[in-house]
Amino acid sequence: MSDLIEPEVAERVLRRALAAGGEFAEVFAERSAGLTMAIDESRIESVQSGAAGGAGVRVLSGGTTYFAHVDGLDPADLERAAGEAAAALSAESTEPHPLKAVVSSPHPIERRPAEIPAERKAALLRELDERGRSAGAEIAQLMASYAEVRREVAVANSDGLFAGDDRTRVRIGVQAVARRGDSVETGAETLGGHRGFELFDDDPGEIAASAARKALTLLDAGPAPAGSMPVVVGGGFGGVLFHEMTGHGLEADHVQKGASVYADKLGEQVAQPLLTAYDDGRMPSEWGSDAIDDEGAPTQKTMVIEEGRLASFLYDRLTAGRDGVPSTGNGRRESFRHLPVPRMTNTYIAPGEIDPEAMIAEVRSGFYAASFAGGQVDPATGDFVFGVSEGYLIEGGRVTRPCRGATLIGNCLEALAAIDAVGDDFAMKTGVCGKAGQKVPVGTGQGHVRIQAMTVGGTEL
Amino acid sequence: MLIEVARRAVEGALAAGASDAEAFASEEVGREVRAHGGGVESLTAATQRGIGLRAWIGSRAGYAYGIDLSEAGVVELSSRAAEAARIADDDEFAGPPAPGEGLPADLELSDPSLRAWETERVAALALAIERAAIEADARIAGVEQAVYADSAERIAIASSAGIAGEYERTSCYGYVQALAEGEGGRETGLGFDLGRGPAVLDPAGIGREGAERALEMIGARKPESGNCPVVLDPTVAASFVALVGRALGADAVQRGRSPFAGLIGHEVAAEALVVHDDGLDPAGSASSPFDGEGVARRRTPVIEGGRLQTHLHNAYTARRGGTASTGNAGSVGYRSQPSVAASNLVVAPGALGFEELLEKAGAGVLVTDVAGLHSGVNPVTGAFSVGASGRAIRAGEAAEPLREFTIASDLVSMLKAVRAAGNAPRWVPFGGSVSTPPLLIGEMTVGGS
Repeated sequence: MSDLIEPEVAERVLRRALAAGGEFAEVFAERSAGLTMAIDESRIESVQSGAAGGAGVRVLSGGTTYFAHVDGLDPADLERAAGEAAAALSAESTEPHPLKAVVSSPHPIERRPAEIPAERKAALLRELDERGRSAGAEIAQLMASYAEVRREVAVANSDGLFAGDDRTRVRIGVQAVARRGDSVETGAETLGGHRGFELFDDDPGEIAASAARKALTLLDAGPAPAGSMPVVVGGGFGGVLFHEMTGHGLEADHVQKGASVYADKLGEQVAQPLLTAYDDGRMPSEWGSDAIDDEGAPTQKTMVIEEGRLASFLYDRLTAGRDGVPSTGNGRRESFRHLPVPRMTNTYIAPGEIDPEAMIAEVRSGFYAASFAGGQVDPATGDFVFGVSEGYLIEGGRVTRPCRGATLIGNCLEALAAIDAVGDDFAMKTGVCGKAGQKVPVGTGQGHVRIQAMTVGGTEL
Repeated sequence: MLIEVARRAVEGALAAGASDAEAFASEEVGREVRAHGGGVESLTAATQRGIGLRAWIGSRAGYAYGIDLSEAGVVELSSRAAEAARIADDDEFAGPPAPGEGLPADLELSDPSLRAWETERVAALALAIERAAIEADARIAGVEQAVYADSAERIAIASSAGIAGEYERTSCYGYVQALAEGEGGRETGLGFDLGRGPAVLDPAGIGREGAERALEMIGARKPESGNCPVVLDPTVAASFVALVGRALGADAVQRGRSPFAGLIGHEVAAEALVVHDDGLDPAGSASSPFDGEGVARRRTPVIEGGRLQTHLHNAYTARRGGTASTGNAGSVGYRSQPSVAASNLVVAPGALGFEELLEKAGAGVLVTDVAGLHSGVNPVTGAFSVGASGRAIRAGEAAEPLREFTIASDLVSMLKAVRAAGNAPRWVPFGGSVSTPPLLIGEMTVGGS
């Protein structure tokens, strides 16, 4: 909690927020500092240092949320926000409970990025540049980025909760461009975590080699097939499939508005028994992990699918209250400028029992989506789409030629029920998830997963 | 005065060792109302202020931002900006623009109705949007959200090269995501409107549009795969035009990462497609007297006579390309440094009404929504395959609803295949500020069953 907000100030702000009535008030204060830089054309550029701080105050009254946020952390700034949040209310004041500090344990950071000389970060980018470019003469360009951010947050509410977290994340990303004649292809890879600079101890250059390899592979690609066929999805970022296809539909705000295809499916069999999945905000050092969520609730491991049965939705405080259940610690926000909403943390399909090669060997003719560029879903209709960044044909039980420009498209309920194999491998990857105009870091994970039939949208009919 | 804050930051950066500096300061007041179930779900009041500072040490550039506008805060910001510049490598084209590349236009970008309308009144507007959607048809099961939001901002830019300017701008929008039920399924439909102040928004129209878009999707099925004519409604056409705008940025072009590299003066589109970048259109939400580094905005022909007229430039790319800035330094706020971005992209309307466009298509697909644009497009080659929904076109008329299909092509091929532009343009704010009519594309690949 550090020195972000003194308990006396927090109590004063909460009292001010409830001065004109309301059942609940909360102040969320945050200080953040970050550094980003990039390498492009083998030149370090776009070096950017950011510092921000501010607070958001919300008051709940009669089903309405009143929210105000201000830049700055002076007690006067916080009280101004409280006054603005309460401005539309005109009832008798409510008395907040005395604050009781909750001790949370932020994820340990071994080497604070801010204490590492900037030259070391520039050197890391040069290493990525060299590793990627040395992958082949056809690598025409390489861009890499480095980002670090430390966010200290404190939450105090009128129920007496007073909690804090200290979050440090680092992430590097590489995009390689390969060129052969008129053919141009790209490959990308990222590495990130809720960690310090120790994340780069092993072999960060490997992601540059991997991005370059993807781009080079695609130079030999043919057009992607179009039509319905069995699809095997790769491990790691393949988990974005479950994130989009199921995770968003389990967020309780969508569910309660009837805007989720899973709304009336709790306890029902929505997938084959071989599928079990979790949302886990406590995974050590993972990109989507925090000690507490942005409402002060401890993060937790929630089983969302148990052997094919829909086991739980994902809740923040407000939606949990409506369903009469405890929050699952999924109340997240991009910053103090946003209201918390139910969001995933790290979402993954638990490893299964089949070897990925054996899984592919069973497919006579299909598509292998080794990696995705991203995806999107409409939770209300369940329609989703994924851009495949690395795809191959499966012919006669074997992965054969690479394909460019494929998209996977389908409907959540059908596709989830069509998962008929889950691999015994497992990997987690980092992502940035957008919802309601807010971006938050999320982890996605799985081993190889096979879907009996899915529509591949390519150009080869 | 905000411009004084910006000037102080420039002086601070010079004192910290910078040879040149440029500051972007902004203040913003905004509010948002979310309506649901006949009541106000949330009411947000936002105030923001901050400053971004670019510092150059010789030909090395750095950037820093912060929210502390006090004297001590500006000193700290200045030293961070100078420190950032010291990390960067030399780039001979780096530096602030010189002043006087065209005079900033005198634009009226503020609508007094924004401040005049009290919170209660804009809350009523959000509620009216929701009500209009629900009352449109018995099959509307509800809305996911009905939203009104607005902001009033003040922006100031000053630089050591002599640039100094300040302006005010207001903007607002309303939208609804309506839910329709029928044939055992749920469909969603988006309705929206935007302007400089709430007085110009049409809440009933927004609600009706959301309802109609959801209703017309009831019972949608997958189309068969094939190549056919495709009509893009303005919301979809705008999404693609915004992608084209990004690919036209000279930064991508100069680094060999644009499908439009080396094509100035060449045929890149059918003659039916005429596109301007217009930073001065009073109706465009991206309009401003000057761009993100203080260069005057202007109206630039981009695609005319089927040929590419220019790429879009900021000061850096202009210097690197041996040309003049087109006033396209994008500014999305003090938290990121100016890049290259289209302002408002305006597609010239054609002669045909919407029905005539469908008639000209004959048989094909009308696309009313696309998904996955951020993952389904290769920005380097322009190749794309994205998810889509819409309606079949049969015998020149819109027929049964279609969902869960893909459309695939590449940007230049698509622009060359434009057969006609409709006569009714619309402002669309998805992925950029674009005004476009519906477009008829001669042929695209539709991937369905």
